Amino acid sequence: MSETGAQTVAYVRDTMLPAAPAPEAQSGAIKWLRENLFSGPVNTILTLLGIGIVYFLIVTFWDWFAHSVWNAGSLNECRQIIAATWGEGARGACWAVIRDRWNQYVFGFYPQDLYWRPTMTMGLMMVALAPVLFAPERRIRRILLVITAAVTLVSMIALSAPAGWLIFAAIVLIGGLWISERNVLWLLPFSVVFPLLGVWLLWGGSLWGPIFVLVGPILGWLAYRVMLRILPAASVIVAIIVTLLFWLTLAGEAARDAENLLSLSIQSVRSDRFGGFLLSVTIGVSGIALSLPLGIMLALARQSDMFLIKSLAVVFIEFIRGVPLITLLFVASLLLNYFLPPGTTFDIILRVIIMVTLFAAAYMAEVIRGGLAALPKGQYEAADALGLDYWKAQRLIVLPQALKISIPGIVSTFIGMFKDTTLVTFVGLYDPLKSMSDAVRASTDWKGIYWEPYIFVGAIFFLICFGMSRYSMYLERRLQRDHR
Amino acid sequence: METIERQIDRSQMTVSDEVAIDIRAMNKWYGSFHVLRDINLTVHRGERIVIAGPSGSGKSTLIRCINRLEEHQAGDIVVDGVALTSDIKNIDKVRSEVGMVFQHFNLFPHLTVLENCTLAPIWVRKIPRKQAEETAMRFLEKVKIPEQAHKYPGQLSGGQQQRVAIARSLCMQPRIMLFDEPTSALDPEMIKEVLDTMIQLAEEGMTMLCVTHEMGFAQAVANRVIFMDQGQIVEQNNPTDFFNNPQSERTKLFLSQILGH
Repeated sequence: MSETGAQTVAYVRDTMLPAAPAPEAQSGAIKWLRENLFSGPVNTILTLLGIGIVYFLIVTFWDWFAHSVWNAGSLNECRQIIAATWGEGARGACWAVIRDRWNQYVFGFYPQDLYWRPTMTMGLMMVALAPVLFAPERRIRRILLVITAAVTLVSMIALSAPAGWLIFAAIVLIGGLWISERNVLWLLPFSVVFPLLGVWLLWGGSLWGPIFVLVGPILGWLAYRVMLRILPAASVIVAIIVTLLFWLTLAGEAARDAENLLSLSIQSVRSDRFGGFLLSVTIGVSGIALSLPLGIMLALARQSDMFLIKSLAVVFIEFIRGVPLITLLFVASLLLNYFLPPGTTFDIILRVIIMVTLFAAAYMAEVIRGGLAALPKGQYEAADALGLDYWKAQRLIVLPQALKISIPGIVSTFIGMFKDTTLVTFVGLYDPLKSMSDAVRASTDWKGIYWEPYIFVGAIFFLICFGMSRYSMYLERRLQRDHR
Repeated sequence: METIERQIDRSQMTVSDEVAIDIRAMNKWYGSFHVLRDINLTVHRGERIVIAGPSGSGKSTLIRCINRLEEHQAGDIVVDGVALTSDIKNIDKVRSEVGMVFQHFNLFPHLTVLENCTLAPIWVRKIPRKQAEETAMRFLEKVKIPEQAHKYPGQLSGGQQQRVAIARSLCMQPRIMLFDEPTSALDPEMIKEVLDTMIQLAEEGMTMLCVTHEMGFAQAVANRVIFMDQGQIVEQNNPTDFFNNPQSERTKLFLSQILGH
């Protein structure tokens, strides 16, 4: 007994075991069903209940979907077709309204002969976004830009765009693809200029306006370079003041004079002609692009050691988050008129974009603050110990990690904000969901149609928001660095 | 007790008369808690100082004051002739001359090993990227992990990460290195590879301050051991006398506890 015991204790392995393959995954439909759907009495009941609900929904709505009518001039005609085809009393969906009025859902009351302008702007936007959203992914970029170029050019031809603009769009789209294949970062200057180009293409008017808006920051940058030599401490403030002063005083005059000298105008379109998804996307994209940097600044300000900056950030964030968005929109549409000097025209869409941006930025700031708080203190200490100053540490060490942690929250805020753009209906703008559907129903042809427009608009919103959500998951996967 | 088996080359480890760090009557409080009490310490160029003591004795706080990760409230700290005040320029100057290695490495997880090493030289020292990368590769070879240069920190073992952290500090070509318990978070098998790197540094004449519990390292490399308790320097001496002939009762108790088994 003791001998065997001694043998088992004193054991020396003379050969090391090689790694063996893992046991094969136990698969099989029956096994899966039993484990996931019928693992116990409660689960079995819930599964059956779920199947019952799905069955009920399908049975209720199947007829309605199956009896879809795509080709009709009015709701009455739809009903007649349904009655004639599937018998008296049959119910059916009348998608003909979308076919009849799709242009209003997409472009609002934008002049029909100018539909190509928003279309082109959308295509150029994809080129501008390529280096921002898909910098390291050549294959995705290529697919995206080829599809964009094809769709944009074909649509522009279909919308009978002038030949000159068609060539311009082709040059930018194909040139963008060409540059993106070489070095996508060379497209960044276009990404910077695009917002002004987009505004000009959408609203029209003189090109000199956007040009002189662009001149402001250039002058500011020059002032910054000069001040660096004279008084570095004030350089940033002076640069901002120079930019603002130029915008407020000289820019308007200069643009008018330049326009008189050399006219660079296209037909202008007033803001109240915007509507439908054109309006939603314009407000949504501007809000997204502006609220992220503003949210980052607010989050950093709230973390700041400087009491005044921190307090201002806290007051701003808490105030904006504590007030419904509709309140802010009413302020934008009504109250601002009391404060502005009489006679000033301040574009309603611009006002709404500002309010939506402030609203989203306040939420964004809190989301990003969560990311900042999740960073270990050691990261800040290591950056300090290497001699990085505050801004370099933020830009190179802190923000890349904090933003990565916050991606799901940031994209949720974007999605929420994009859906909230439908609230502009309360300040008299034609959002696709409420105002545009009301406008469609206002005609005698489509009086009384409710489900189909809402389903259509809802489906488009879903597609866009689902796309954003998938993009955020892709981004998270791509930035995965810890191989734990 | 850990023994450092390899033969240490002390020929380069000369101490000059030049003062690297001068701390005079320094005091620090956390709120009302008096963490560091009347610290006086002069470090000469080329000195290798090991700071030992029980936890909570203020060892880490002391070396974190030297590059202003912690602010002291009274007294003077002069590093390389630059006085540490609230002047942000002086602080940045000191930080770029003083390297620091942390207990938990604090590598930047979103950057590769090579990017970790080149970040500060490029953005603080304004060295061209190519040159910074060459320097970084040289130091990564020195800590014996050049083949990991393009991996991310999360893919490396603890010992490898700490060696990267040392290389990252060295890339700034610091004149002084601070080590804050560099081996405390490592598995026993990995401690030696980090200590070897530190010994190599000492042999090259680097001025070093190490907070560590590795008494073998202290005996082999240090030319002065400082024992701290309750925020004060209780005893300092050369390692031979410190270990064989400790003077204060507190030091004797501490040594008996960490060397007793």
